[in-house]
Amino acid sequence: MIQLTINNKKISAAPGSTILEAAKQNGIIIPSLCYMEGVHKFGSCRICSVEVEGARTLQIACMAEVREGMVVHTNSKKVQKTRKVLYELMLSDHSKNCLSCVRNQSCELQKLGDILGVGENRFDTGSAREQLDISPSITRDLSKCIFCRRCVTACKGIQGIGILDAQNRGFDSVIAPAMDRPINSAKCAFCGQCTVVCPVGALKETDHIERVWEAINNPEIRVVMQPAPAVRVALGEMFGYPVGTSVTGQMAAAMRALGVDDVFDTNWAADLTIMEEGTEFLHRAIDALSGKKAVLPLVSSCSPGWIKYIESYFPQLIPNLSSCKSPHMMLGALAKSYYAESIDVAPEKMYTVSIMPCTAKKFEAGREEMVNNGVPNVDAVLTTRELGQMIKQAGIDFRSLKEEQFDDPLGQSTGAADIFGVTGGVMEAAIRTVYVIITGRELPFEGLHVAPIVGLDQIKEATLKLENVLPDYKMFEGFEVKVAVTSGLAGAKILMDQIMAGTSPYHFIEVMGCPSGCICGGGQPRSEDPDVRTKRLKALYSEDESKVLRQSHLNPSIAAVYKDFLGKPCGHKSHELLHTHYVDRSSENE
Amino acid sequence: MSQTKQMLYKLPEDHAQKLELIAAVIAKYEAKPSNLIMILHAAQGIYGYLPYEVQKFIADKTSLSVSEVSGVVTFYSFFSTKPKGKHTILVCMGTACYVRGGKKLVDGIQKHLNVSVTNTTEDGKFTLSVARCIGACGLAPALMVDDTVFKAVNPNKLESLLSKY
Repeated sequence: MIQLTINNKKISAAPGSTILEAAKQNGIIIPSLCYMEGVHKFGSCRICSVEVEGARTLQIACMAEVREGMVVHTNSKKVQKTRKVLYELMLSDHSKNCLSCVRNQSCELQKLGDILGVGENRFDTGSAREQLDISPSITRDLSKCIFCRRCVTACKGIQGIGILDAQNRGFDSVIAPAMDRPINSAKCAFCGQCTVVCPVGALKETDHIERVWEAINNPEIRVVMQPAPAVRVALGEMFGYPVGTSVTGQMAAAMRALGVDDVFDTNWAADLTIMEEGTEFLHRAIDALSGKKAVLPLVSSCSPGWIKYIESYFPQLIPNLSSCKSPHMMLGALAKSYYAESIDVAPEKMYTVSIMPCTAKKFEAGREEMVNNGVPNVDAVLTTRELGQMIKQAGIDFRSLKEEQFDDPLGQSTGAADIFGVTGGVMEAAIRTVYVIITGRELPFEGLHVAPIVGLDQIKEATLKLENVLPDYKMFEGFEVKVAVTSGLAGAKILMDQIMAGTSPYHFIEVMGCPSGCICGGGQPRSEDPDVRTKRLKALYSEDESKVLRQSHLNPSIAAVYKDFLGKPCGHKSHELLHTHYVDRSSENE
Repeated sequence: MSQTKQMLYKLPEDHAQKLELIAAVIAKYEAKPSNLIMILHAAQGIYGYLPYEVQKFIADKTSLSVSEVSGVVTFYSFFSTKPKGKHTILVCMGTACYVRGGKKLVDGIQKHLNVSVTNTTEDGKFTLSVARCIGACGLAPALMVDDTVFKAVNPNKLESLLSKY
């Protein structure tokens, strides 16, 4: 351990740790802005400047490593003065319409001003950059950018895409796609990870709140709302609940209180997805085993950021994608057909709103493939953050809400659907059901969990040997199913490169576009808790384990929709409503 | 906004051949990202300027993102994303040249050729640029046309100077 002194306090710190880390472990908080624990260490804002005795200049605490005998002052007069000037310089060309900014009260720049006690703004020049770039999913407001470059790290470092980087020089500098083009013309996956890390209002989801209010306030329109699995374990954070608190019942109550007519659950459609995608996998595997032409590995298609990525960067692998629409699209399609018929409402008079942990779903909702009978499957997509915002706008006291249930017939779900929101969950849910179909027995694992694919590793794999199969599936006897799971587009690239090289050993691959899966999707509440991933993951698995039914094929309302309306999985009607096709975007706009 | 905003130019007819030459340069530099500036330098020599398509080509070959390549291209004033004229006029605006009338040279050329700084004449003949010192202070005010330095230029004689090109 290294011995050093910070603010006259003798402390010891692990070699290689930074001054900021060492100080934090010893109860000394150094103000910082661009630094993001475990994500971004770049030193661009220099707010964490500290005085180190013997050093010629101030050191930046998030970058400078501790040294033996170091004497550090984090709050000297010189440091205080420097921080204030740095802050004022940052404000000099920052658009200061804070009261009407979406990040008002959740802005890290605002919080920092409060901490530093900056009382004046001597260098105000107005913003040099008045550009607003609105894409279907993400809106960039360059007048608010403070050049912390967290978004660059998220896009290039974490997701491995690199749409955003610093362009131009001096006052013309912008963080933007190449040649300062709009984001819609770069091959952006719309995963929205940049919107999660942005400390200010420069990167945010494209607003759908207004159109949803309009629909709710229109008495002619029947509004249907559905939340994704991951929303229920994160929404609570916006109302002061600890990270990892499940608020399913209150969320359903809040949606009803907003004035929504039907409170359905995307989980229901997740169970339906398993029936469709599981059947699709069976069909492809049977074809492959009986020597027919079949494209394997099958790759999951629930994550629209991932879909846009593969369409843009690996169009040759589109045939590997499952043709299943993502669950909320399936629910939307059935709400406007199966359900609309049953209550005698014209599909045109129905407005479907999805609450998603995702920004890419906004783009997905506008895809021309997501239309049946002339009406879009989903009319609006709100992020978890936007739903929280609407609940606040409506004056609903979320914490005092009594738990309520989702509405029938598109509201009941099994535990398998809950874990759709976390990396490995779709695969585990599929295995639970496919195993039963092939062998007639339940998955012989503790808690029905496929342990090797549970967790937050970038790439996970599992092998499942099928034995004593049912007579109808005798071709699977002794067959070893190899599956892989990845979350985050950098991991997806590794698995796709394998397929391209012909070395992929897998039969089924699950990809979620965001690291850790939907629980940390681009539309989720921003969290400062470094354990946010683990906590939300645990919350989803406890939702799963708390259910009586934990396998999609056991969901009685799914059985009912097949009996009354769809026929059989992957049947004619399913293909029309629940399946889709994809577009080669490799040359789009480039 | 920035100079990179306008970029919809027709690509030259020998686009493909030029890309082949650039590919050879990239190979010479082992397609290493750390050699990016040298590659861009050579590519601009071959292509004349660095439009988006060329940047994308270099980015793909060097496993960089095009935003990163573009970041470098738009940072350095040496690189141009717009086609350059047949000849480049570089007027020195360093201290010595400035006090001896460098500004008058710029004004004179702008008026005579009807072109503003960093832009190219309509006939594609001249691109006008300014520099912060070309290291010829003893010859002030100086300007360069391509690689030739003209010393102690008289602003009234610009017309005859440029008529040689």
